Amino acid sequence: MSTMADKDGANTRSEIMQGLIAAWPICLGYIPLGLAFGVIAQKAGLYPLEIGFMSLLVFAGSSQFIAVSMLASGAGAASIIFATFTVNLRHFLMSSSLALHLGSVRKRILPLFAYGVTDESFAVNLSKFKSGDWDIRRGFVVNHAANITWIASTVIGGYCGQFIPAKAFGIDYALIAMFIGLLVFQFKGRKYVMTAGIAGAMAIVLSLILPGNLYVVLASIMAATLGVLLTKRVK
Amino acid sequence: MFENEYIIIVLGMSLVTYLPRCIPLLALARRNLPNWLVEGLDLTPVAILSALLLPLLVTTGEPRHIELFRPELLVAIPTLLFALKTKSLSGTVILGMLLFWGASKVM
Repeated sequence: MSTMADKDGANTRSEIMQGLIAAWPICLGYIPLGLAFGVIAQKAGLYPLEIGFMSLLVFAGSSQFIAVSMLASGAGAASIIFATFTVNLRHFLMSSSLALHLGSVRKRILPLFAYGVTDESFAVNLSKFKSGDWDIRRGFVVNHAANITWIASTVIGGYCGQFIPAKAFGIDYALIAMFIGLLVFQFKGRKYVMTAGIAGAMAIVLSLILPGNLYVVLASIMAATLGVLLTKRVK
Repeated sequence: MFENEYIIIVLGMSLVTYLPRCIPLLALARRNLPNWLVEGLDLTPVAILSALLLPLLVTTGEPRHIELFRPELLVAIPTLLFALKTKSLSGTVILGMLLFWGASKVM
């Protein structure tokens, strides 16, 4: 006899599977990055537990690399925290876009979902939300699969990262290839292609001028604004 | 291990990282947004993806400078065509990795 509980169990299992299938390129890409971070952090004098503590609480790759190199050069708390803020400000835009697709979600779940918003989980979840057939439960699976992979690989890197070849099988290209795929899948009309072109060109120019990665935020906002204005003009 | 200053640094980092992730979700979900904002947010993902990706392909070094003849960019072209043609993310990732692996042995 099939009970409600059985059905729920099967549903949950299939949701977890779908989430994991969507998350695997992220996890694959996080492994070499996480190992590399662990090695660098260990060389900067952090213990594996301290590395895991940072990965768990901050969960933002590039800012962790920057923080550890600042720690190693003796920077103070305030400047490290400020650098982290500027590097991670771009998530503000990503959460804003995700919010459009989370209208039916209970509000008290959102703070937990926010913890897992990274460049990569945003890119995967957003294209899944746009294609329909996606919900916050599957989104959580993507977020936390990425999160667990990141924490584990940074800690492992802290123990034994120097013994692992980082470049095997082109694994260090996994995230770039994933971004290429996700970008191309967004090309569903001229305005998207045009906006992408403007954003990419602006980002390249701004990345040469501005320190850090503020160019991501600036180029994205300007390109999206221009995109809206130009599509108005065409109509 | 776990000196006070390290704990303060990590807690501070987590706070300034978490707030920009959380505030827009709470402020914008379940709300009727003006049309221009919805249109702008609809174009934002493609803009972010492109702004993240393109500098990775054509710039390098510290301070950053443009360098076009790099395996990152050369491999990106067939990878992009493959993605356009097949619409398969897993295929795109695997192809990109293999091409990059090959290219970094040759170049």
